Amino acid sequence: MDMTRRAALLTSAAIAANVLNPMRSFAQATPRKGGVFTVHYGAEQRQLNPSLQASTGVYIIGGKIQEQLVDLDAAGQPVGVLAESWEAAPDGKTITFKLRKGVSWHDGKPFTSADVQFTAMEMWKKILNYGTTLQLFLTAVDTPDPLTAVFRYERPMPLALLLRALPDLGYISPRHLYEGKGDIRQNPVNLAPIGTGPFKFVTYERGQHVIADRNADYWRPNAPYLDRIVWRVVTDRAAAAAQMEAGQIHYSPFSGLTISDSARLAKDPRFIVSTKGNEGNARTNTVEFNFRRKELADIRVRQAIAHALDIPFFIENFLGDFAKRGTGPVPSVSTDFYPADNGPQYPFDKKLAAKLLDEAGFKAGAGGTRFSLRLLPAPWGEDISLFATFIQQSLSEVGIKVEVVRTDGGGFLKQVYDDHAFDLATGWHQYRNDPAVSTTVWYRSGQPKGAPWTNQWDWTDPVIDKIIDDAATEVDVAKRKALYGDFVRRANTEIPIWTPIEQIFLTVINAKARNHSNTPRWGSSSWHDLWLAE
Amino acid sequence: MRILVLAGRRLAASIPTLVLILIGVFLLLQFAPGDTVDAMMAQMGGGDAATARELRRFYGLDLSVWAQLGNYLWRLVRFDLGFSAIYGKPVATVIAERLPATILLMTASLSLAFFFGLILGVVAARGVNRWPDTLISTLGLVFYAMPTFWFGLMAIVVFAIYLQWLPAGGFEDITIAHAGLSRILDIAQHLVLPTLTLGLFYMAIYLRIMRGSMLEVLNLDFVRTARAKGMDETRVVVRHVLRNALLPMVTLIGLQAGTMLGGSVVVESVFSLPGLGRLAYESVVQRDLNTLLGIVFVSALLVIAVNFIVDLLYARLDPRITTGA
Repeated sequence: MDMTRRAALLTSAAIAANVLNPMRSFAQATPRKGGVFTVHYGAEQRQLNPSLQASTGVYIIGGKIQEQLVDLDAAGQPVGVLAESWEAAPDGKTITFKLRKGVSWHDGKPFTSADVQFTAMEMWKKILNYGTTLQLFLTAVDTPDPLTAVFRYERPMPLALLLRALPDLGYISPRHLYEGKGDIRQNPVNLAPIGTGPFKFVTYERGQHVIADRNADYWRPNAPYLDRIVWRVVTDRAAAAAQMEAGQIHYSPFSGLTISDSARLAKDPRFIVSTKGNEGNARTNTVEFNFRRKELADIRVRQAIAHALDIPFFIENFLGDFAKRGTGPVPSVSTDFYPADNGPQYPFDKKLAAKLLDEAGFKAGAGGTRFSLRLLPAPWGEDISLFATFIQQSLSEVGIKVEVVRTDGGGFLKQVYDDHAFDLATGWHQYRNDPAVSTTVWYRSGQPKGAPWTNQWDWTDPVIDKIIDDAATEVDVAKRKALYGDFVRRANTEIPIWTPIEQIFLTVINAKARNHSNTPRWGSSSWHDLWLAE
Repeated sequence: MRILVLAGRRLAASIPTLVLILIGVFLLLQFAPGDTVDAMMAQMGGGDAATARELRRFYGLDLSVWAQLGNYLWRLVRFDLGFSAIYGKPVATVIAERLPATILLMTASLSLAFFFGLILGVVAARGVNRWPDTLISTLGLVFYAMPTFWFGLMAIVVFAIYLQWLPAGGFEDITIAHAGLSRILDIAQHLVLPTLTLGLFYMAIYLRIMRGSMLEVLNLDFVRTARAKGMDETRVVVRHVLRNALLPMVTLIGLQAGTMLGGSVVVESVFSLPGLGRLAYESVVQRDLNTLLGIVFVSALLVIAVNFIVDLLYARLDPRITTGA
């Protein structure tokens, strides 16, 4: 651990230089056609169809083959892909999409509104994670003509919310390959996807690689530039870094390498290491409290724990420039929803922490210990593991003994969100561009037991419930933003979970790549303009 | 003929063991918190409770543990390994896809380890306590003590990054399509480093065993007799000593063929090879019971088969074993 820390310290300056100087990757030149782009694929998924599974592990491949109605442009604003324009009725219950003309599937069949209807009703509404919640009140998709899809909702659907959510939850699948072909989840097309995107699926060798080739009939003129994309399955992070150095891999997305390897490659002119292009995938590190413990149900104890953590120290020494101090459930990169006032922030103050604990009636007993807690860290990243140790050491200084219980992914979700067998948990909260997509569920009461990343704290707050419900159906953009400001302040006041660190995924990419990292969800996007210099 | 009867009896005796192992693994995995749907949720980054319920029904997890176990054993009786949750394919297919890489890596590194372990062991034994022995024993100790993942990574740094002689990982070149002989050469090139990494560790064990066993046999009466007959030393070593000294080596191979299947997780991960070890690891993390049990089943079969061959080899090396039994 000491090595990681020292390496991060020594090289943080080098990374800062890259972060501050992203223009290096946009050197002016004429795009070159051809070339094979190789991508590090760290965690294989059970399928590749982004209409059925919303996760970066699917987008990194499926997002090049299939396309969505809407994506985000360089400024982070919705831009049409398979939809050319959209319009909402004043009551917010009808949203009409005009679709792009002359688009065809990789098997030659034309893309029409029937595909949109089928995907929305059978996949987004029934199967897609987060899609099922987003489209809960979708009653029908009408198709008056092949290029018009009319979404009908039972309750008002804010257009802004839908447009923010669709870049991730709006991928379209070919109706003719799914309808009447049995169980959608088991359809072989899920592992050999057919889409409208710039690259055509070629082969998937489990445990080895996925290959997709240039789609010569792509609807965007003169795109794509690359001949082929190869995703190499490399589970060992150190080995992936070695393969990047050996030139076998061009791009490692979503913080796929270790912190120390990323820091090392940042000093190498052959690579670019940056958080740019991942703004749409912001996350915050969490401290989750179980209210079933009487100590943690006391707000003074939660405040004391927040005050006991020296977050700037942790960031500076362990995460370097990869992270910054978090301010609440809505990260600062969310220009549409980040409030001017985030409410209480709990700066590091050990004395105040001790005082609060004393006030709450938990005086230090024999050996200076007030009480003991079990902390479960999620196994997703090395930063979580480091943070767990940091929490353990920080809290021991204010008299709270922490036992860190490490487990794997399935075990973590089961123990925290289903069995509730934890006192503290720490992991990531993934922000998906609009608080209604996957943020408010962390706070809204009435979440079914066992639903991961939701309010399982045994904490009910009618105030926050009302704010969340009002915002979910508020169609006025300014009013929605104001409501989410109230939401953030309430969340930070009650702190059922504390979100002290804000992070953006790190990209490590070969400097030969051009037109990369140019949208907020670039790793997931279609790469139609990506090219490789000689 | 007699040896075949013996082996047949052995095979029959191993069936209850196999069933016990499968039930044991099944129950052990029930103790791990979370099921395959939890693992899938972890991978997807979340989903709602209705989705999870639907998925549990889909994977047959809504049944009781005993019903699941019963179903599994009943399928196994019909030689059906079931359906893999993470791969969406029959388990038999998934394993069949992974077997070639594993068997290739295993046979290559076992042969390397056996061959060089034998030669170096003999050389060390003949020059016992002189410089060849010291050199070989020290080297053996170094290879034995070095963690395989570190050795693998260092080999990549030296041979793939600095010297650029060999590829850094993968099973074959995928940016260019190879066919026929060039494909074989390409795969061989990719297997050089993993074979060395895995093989050198086992070679260290073999050479220690071989050295010890040679020294022991060299002191036996029949060797003195052979020397007294006036045979030259090379003939004594090759004809009389080696054959007897080989027995512990053969035993060890039988034992290690099994561990090598599972023990190569590290090497497979470092070199990004699509082998059974990684598949097993992934099945545990993903709580894919069918795949894991399938791998245990196939590995057990493989171990039984290798031990059968070892039994035959025993008889060939030392005829007393057959007649004495």
